[in-house]
Amino acid sequence: MLTDALTTAPTGLTEALTLVDGLDDALVQGLARIDEERAAALASFAAAFAGSPLGGRVADATGKIIAGTVTDEHLATLAGARTALLGAAHDALQTGLDTALGRSRAPWEATAVTDSGQLLSGSRSWLRELAIAGWRGVDHDLAGGAAQAVQSLLAAPGSRRLAVLLDGFAAELRAAAPVATLPRIPVRRWADLWSRALLLSQDGFASSEAVPVDGRLVILGADLHEHPTVFRVQAHALLEASDGTVRLVRTSVAAAKVDTISGPSAWRMLTAFPLLRGVLAEHRTVEVSGMALTPAGDLIWDESRAAAGEPADPFAAARVRLGSALGAATPPLDRHPAVLAEPVLLEGYAHAEGAFDLGGGVTVALDLDRLPAAGPLTPALVAASTACLGLLRWDGRWLLQPLAVQALVRKKPVVAHGGDWALGPTEPKAAKAEAAAGTAVDVLRERAGRLLRK
Amino acid sequence: MTSDDVAYERRSSASVITPVVARKLAKVPFVELADGRLQGVVSSGSDIERVYVSSITAGDHGLSCNTNNNRPCGGLSGGAHACNHLRALADAAVAQYGPARVARYLKAELADGSDNLWSGLHTTTAPNRAAEVFSSFLRHLAYLEVTPSTDPLPELQWFPAAAVAR
Repeated sequence: MLTDALTTAPTGLTEALTLVDGLDDALVQGLARIDEERAAALASFAAAFAGSPLGGRVADATGKIIAGTVTDEHLATLAGARTALLGAAHDALQTGLDTALGRSRAPWEATAVTDSGQLLSGSRSWLRELAIAGWRGVDHDLAGGAAQAVQSLLAAPGSRRLAVLLDGFAAELRAAAPVATLPRIPVRRWADLWSRALLLSQDGFASSEAVPVDGRLVILGADLHEHPTVFRVQAHALLEASDGTVRLVRTSVAAAKVDTISGPSAWRMLTAFPLLRGVLAEHRTVEVSGMALTPAGDLIWDESRAAAGEPADPFAAARVRLGSALGAATPPLDRHPAVLAEPVLLEGYAHAEGAFDLGGGVTVALDLDRLPAAGPLTPALVAASTACLGLLRWDGRWLLQPLAVQALVRKKPVVAHGGDWALGPTEPKAAKAEAAAGTAVDVLRERAGRLLRK
Repeated sequence: MTSDDVAYERRSSASVITPVVARKLAKVPFVELADGRLQGVVSSGSDIERVYVSSITAGDHGLSCNTNNNRPCGGLSGGAHACNHLRALADAAVAQYGPARVARYLKAELADGSDNLWSGLHTTTAPNRAAEVFSSFLRHLAYLEVTPSTDPLPELQWFPAAAVAR
């Protein structure tokens, strides 16, 4: 029963997060200014690793940092140790959820392939300056210090992951600078982004080999992601292989953009993927042949290896197949509670304030901040819903992000999916607004055509 | 500190950037708060090949306005009295970011509830920054030419798409 996972916190979760908070708090004032309280928190952080393979290195790194020496190696150790703690938290939460849902999950067994990056030193040195200065020490200059690194990473194939992360992180620091006068700081978030970026900036960060697969893809829902310079649609889907196995997979396409392109017109940046946009808008299945699937359950979208199939109702597919679908493992260094996004179908719930009441006094809070402007889902539709396909996420507590709802509006059944507007808004008012805002893309393309390369 | 603030500090998905408000881009295709300046590009009313590169520094409120070919703007002519390009730039910034964020960035003291940015600025002249601002604009435009990616990009779980303003 899902309610088991919602009501029971894994053993040791609070303690692990308290240790993480101790490190995160040190990053607020910066590692160049460790006071006694922060030093004690760092010491307990290190003590938690005693006896583990990381123990000696973490003790050494925290000791040196408290004494005033901050090197790249010490910082990588801290980021790695923080990732290990949050990885353990991720595993405990995911195991609890899998048990409650009766979901089986493939173990992680992947051949690591590594390629050494030559562009990573710029990123590392900016991240080091940030750690030394602390969030409170971030001024306009420091916030803008990643620009060069981002430009070269964006231009290089294979380093998009770090480029997109650094660019989004730097945009937040620029918007917040000077951070010294900011009323409140997103302490955990920035420590998350900083440590992920630092690990991705190490030479030889492992990735894993993808294998070609064939089968029928039934899309359950579309999750949309965005920061000022990226827009991404990530579909969660069931992959039915010819041998009858059903796996939970994700597939995604991302476009670079600028901050003035947002909301429904952001879909215009994904014109390179007409087939995916079409199947999202029309709720069709996809026949895939020889498309690459990573051990993490990510299908690397390739329009030349996909064909649009029959219309299919995601709710019907979820009712029949989601319960027994095989989940994918998360790569070791990616594990973090924030990457949990487990597709679920909820029905027969009652409505509570900002939550679904699942009965027996158990509620699951709704993540209404994740209802994007680029889709038709609204808090009102969710509040009128009778069935909901969504992603269970964890951010201090379990949250349900709706991806699609069946609802009763003025006694008439209504269905809305997050990807419904992939080919443009289907609602007249939104379509009109999109047509006006969408000219932004054309204006900028015209300016780019005239002014670039001159 | 309230319990809301504590929860904000310990949330991985804490929102930091207020999504920008859609605005018409024809007149002012580019505005940013960066490098300690409100800066941007204003299309010329008469020549489609020409743009004005305008900026206002944070703190000192130093004004600068030049064409992309580095000629000084006739309207500003090195003075401390804003030309039409700078006024259009400020209007676009207020439309895009809201008056509060622009005022905080520029360190402009606005009366409560006022959205008249100029009332809070004590303008001076500033050195020509056209080259830097223009290259920033070209970097901005270059994003439109970056190839799309099908990589899994796991970190985007931290960046949900902008919600409807409500």
